[in-house]
Amino acid sequence: MDQILSALVSILFHGLAYGMILYVISVGLSVTMGLMGFANLAHGVFAMAGGYITVTLMNGFGIHFFLALVTACIVVALASVVLERLLYSRLYTASELDQVLFTIGIIFMASAAARYAWGPLPQRMILPESLSGQVDLGFRTFPTYRTFLIVVSGVIIAALWLGIERTRFGAQLRAAVDNRRMAEAIGINTRRLFTATFAVGSGLAALGGGLGADILAIEPAYALEYLVYFLIVVSVGGLGTVKGPFVAAVLLGVTDTTCKYLIPEFGAFFIFLAMIGLLLWRPTGLFGRA
Amino acid sequence: MATDGTVRPSLAGAEVVSASLARHRFRPLEGLVWLAMLAGYWLWPEYRPLGSQIFIMCLFVLSLDIVVGYAGIVTLGHAAFFGVGAYTAGLTAIHLSNEPFLGLLTAAVAAGLVGILSGLIVLRTTGLTLMMLTLAIVFVLHEAANKLGSVTGGSDGLQGVTVAPILGLWSLDFFGQTAYIYTGAVLFLGWLFARILVGSPFGRSIVGIRENLVRMRAIGSPVRLRLLVVYGISATMAGIAGALLTQTTQFVSLSAITFTRSGEALIMLILGGVGRLYGAFVGAPIYMLMQDALAKYNPVFWTFWIGLMLVLTVMFARNGVLGLVDSVLAWRRRAA
Repeated sequence: MDQILSALVSILFHGLAYGMILYVISVGLSVTMGLMGFANLAHGVFAMAGGYITVTLMNGFGIHFFLALVTACIVVALASVVLERLLYSRLYTASELDQVLFTIGIIFMASAAARYAWGPLPQRMILPESLSGQVDLGFRTFPTYRTFLIVVSGVIIAALWLGIERTRFGAQLRAAVDNRRMAEAIGINTRRLFTATFAVGSGLAALGGGLGADILAIEPAYALEYLVYFLIVVSVGGLGTVKGPFVAAVLLGVTDTTCKYLIPEFGAFFIFLAMIGLLLWRPTGLFGRA
Repeated sequence: MATDGTVRPSLAGAEVVSASLARHRFRPLEGLVWLAMLAGYWLWPEYRPLGSQIFIMCLFVLSLDIVVGYAGIVTLGHAAFFGVGAYTAGLTAIHLSNEPFLGLLTAAVAAGLVGILSGLIVLRTTGLTLMMLTLAIVFVLHEAANKLGSVTGGSDGLQGVTVAPILGLWSLDFFGQTAYIYTGAVLFLGWLFARILVGSPFGRSIVGIRENLVRMRAIGSPVRLRLLVVYGISATMAGIAGALLTQTTQFVSLSAITFTRSGEALIMLILGGVGRLYGAFVGAPIYMLMQDALAKYNPVFWTFWIGLMLVLTVMFARNGVLGLVDSVLAWRRRAA
């Protein structure tokens, strides 16, 4: 009995850490897709860039993990503003197909560039002393790195929710997602709002990529490899919300970990069947608006 | 897409009818494509094996064009049908008979069935949800092929596929002579079928659904059924393309049934031009010749150029290469 319980706690713990990372990476995608209806399949590129920057700063320049993370987040957020203004903004009115293919093109270019610069092998992240080993939480011990992931992601999520529920920016954002034309009519500059949201979402993706570099390995195929997971989170959670993707991400993380542990043969199979069932039941996702 | 549908309102009734009939009449220019393909057989004998692979992708992209370009269903999962066809043809050859036409037939039936069944699920949705469902179906089938190793060969691929001589006369050889003609002929029939399909009242109603769903419902068109039928037809064609790949390579790998293959087909389609049948015949050769040339020259970096080409196409040439040709022609007509 004790063993089963311990295994259960372990699965839940790892699943939660995994889900939190997926959420931090994908939440920006959910909001931008809900706001502008832009099918940005290249969202994972920002996470990948964040991962590469973090690992390179740490391994190559000996910069501390935390500082490297913050740098990656800021650099990617700034770069995403340039991309958004130069390229993405021209395609807001384009067809879904055009957006999908444009972003697949971005993925191709980014992976080729990453392979060129860093080679085909996954990047190894050497964790700082303070994050390796185990931490004792009273009733049992947990890996420090994953505990840290859960805590940091928790803080980010709390900040995000506060920002959206309690600030003026958040209120404008919610208004624009609900009804963009109406929001524009009462004087909200949705273009600027969108650029800012895009930057925050990309920065968070970069943060998630760097934070989770030990779980989702940083390699050239990253953006394509994990694209399906990000898309599951967004489509199951529902577009334009921050709560939906959280539930979806934790569900996905825990289910995926459970499947890998209990039925490793048919893990992916089960996830996709579950997703098909869920989307047939609620085509707009768990918390999506019809 | 605008090139395909709209009739100018200034035309009177009879002229409208004759204009729309004329649009579906066969033009001499269309014969040129096939002459060029036939000429390629003698002009570049060393490229015959690649040629047959290009024809197979042409057929696959053509089937995708019917769904994406004409019916407006943006699917990421068309490789599911290609893969089902490829595996069915391989299994037919191993367990039943290696008669090539029988392989094409079983593949067509199996892929068509999977198309109808998955269409029943997928076509209830639109947009992101539809993309996710089609993607999920590819993954589920991929995993199934991967895990049912005793039947499909799993990650080693399905080996030991043999093909009897076509019509009992020509066997598929190493130099790809027979394969070139065989795949070319099947592609021709597929094109002829698609050409007639999109010009038929049924095909026009599909375009109507793409252009204005609400109005089509209002005039009593059975929208759901029509989309399902066109989805099944397209799946059948994709399955035949998959079967051709199995027969010409005498091997089925898991790569037949991946998201990457769906993505490649979409890329070829948009490079050539969406919703105009000939997009497939321009996009597939461009992509595959580029892949052939660039991958030889730089195997690591070539996807960068493909990506760049894709971005530029979407930004500056939304109707693909054929759209560019159209614009140049229109510009010259205005200048003259």
